[in-house]
Amino acid sequence: MFTTNDILETIKMIQEENLDIRTITMGISLLDCIDSDINRSCDKIYEKMMRLAENHVKTGETIEKRYGIPIINKRLSVTPISMLAAAAKGSPVKFAKTLQKVADAVGVNYVGGYSALVHKGFSAGDRELIESIPEALSVTSKVCSSVNIGSTRAGINMDAAALMGRIIKRSAEATANDHCFGAAKIVVFCNAVEDNPFMAGAFHGTGEADAVINVGVSGPGVVRAKLEKMPDATIDELAEAIKKTAFKITRMGQLVGTQAAEMLGVPFGIVDLSLAPTPAVGDSVAHILEEMGLERCGAHGTTAALAMLNDAVKKGGVMASSSVGGLSGAFIPVSEDAGMIDAVNAGALSIEKLEAMTAVCSVGLDMIVVPGDTSAETLAAIIADEAAIGMVNSKTTAVRVIPAIGMKEGETLEFGGLFGSGPVMPLSKFSSAKFVSRGGRIPAPLQSLKN
Amino acid sequence: MRAVITVIGKDTVGILAKISTECAENGVNIMDVSQTVMQDMFVMTMMADMGKSTIDCPELSDKLNESVKGMGLQIHVMHEDIFNSMHNI
Repeated sequence: MFTTNDILETIKMIQEENLDIRTITMGISLLDCIDSDINRSCDKIYEKMMRLAENHVKTGETIEKRYGIPIINKRLSVTPISMLAAAAKGSPVKFAKTLQKVADAVGVNYVGGYSALVHKGFSAGDRELIESIPEALSVTSKVCSSVNIGSTRAGINMDAAALMGRIIKRSAEATANDHCFGAAKIVVFCNAVEDNPFMAGAFHGTGEADAVINVGVSGPGVVRAKLEKMPDATIDELAEAIKKTAFKITRMGQLVGTQAAEMLGVPFGIVDLSLAPTPAVGDSVAHILEEMGLERCGAHGTTAALAMLNDAVKKGGVMASSSVGGLSGAFIPVSEDAGMIDAVNAGALSIEKLEAMTAVCSVGLDMIVVPGDTSAETLAAIIADEAAIGMVNSKTTAVRVIPAIGMKEGETLEFGGLFGSGPVMPLSKFSSAKFVSRGGRIPAPLQSLKN
Repeated sequence: MRAVITVIGKDTVGILAKISTECAENGVNIMDVSQTVMQDMFVMTMMADMGKSTIDCPELSDKLNESVKGMGLQIHVMHEDIFNSMHNI
């Protein structure tokens, strides 16, 4: 039997420290739904997704009940839709509507995969899909979009970065009456991963099995509570404690993932070892960093503290799961993290510091609200900067910024729910327009002479 | 399937009797009991076999909490697998 301490620790993690499974995401390949007739293609998508995912939400709920662990989100991800759009004639928005129909019928809260991979160039279907993103995200509520514009092996497609700057702006404008939420459903990646269970960037890569279950764990509150009890510990002692905690959290993710896969008759994919914050009190990554001894997240030392945290989470998690993948790292979204919001409001955290932080953690400039009059070129330049960090460091980076239409620095854009609220953050006043307008590609970086 | 039942709260007469009666009425077989006092709190953990029971963990949890209502106790019933996966390598 277990010791009383072990049992109480687990109960406390779930009851008081917001330990949960953040998402169970079923990835579904739509390659066999490609058809030259878009209506027929949509019918095939609906039929296949309903067949595979019909019991997805019910299974999640059963597991929740059986183990008493909250599973916050049940989601689906699909093959990048640009591949289907390439074969079919007509507006790709039809695909988005089909995905929405499936999401409604199955009961999941998001479907990811309205995506295109254009890190080296645009192929048939890519441009059409990207151009349709603002409309697709404004006429649907549960569809998420992602575009990969760079990779370590291919460099950065600057034409795509410029295009995405415009697309983000247009998406925010198209949903101006709905908190500019369209822009919150777009992620621009460098080195996108094929098995990410987290939204808005999830898609089902072409190297994956026909269907697969990926799990994202969470638990910033648990890590912070652990560190709270160690006020005088050295940094390496903190790292050791984080490792052990990450191990336990990940074991739970592994248990839930394998159970779900078995019940759904779908192979188990990966556990994504991420510390994903929520706006709930005590569920913040910023608060972990502050617990380590920083007065505010964003103070000098934040990047070092985050690097340690991120690495310790991975070291602890890797042994706990048979298969680790996805984004795996600490997320630092602003609007979804109460500590980050406070740090921005206190003037401790700027977008420049956030950019530096993304060099050592997952996953990028995430849920950052910028002034509504920010130009598409500036957005494109932000994307290029972030992609450059990912490209050079061989890691995934992403940009999810929301231009708050009609709002200025100092105001706050409210999303509500898990998305929280975002203070409008100031950007550089100087123009990047000429640089962005050049177009072309940034060549792939050297993999040696690493300095 | 085995479940871990934990009872946390103020120590009073008859806790074990109430819990075991409720378990017996629902076909839950108690296999092991240990109790201790931690930081002035009464803590009891039980291993129970629910294989022959017609109810599941959340239902048992509700029934147990109902049976000790007003006694200042908190009861959790959780599947054994959780603890196995978290605390055993």
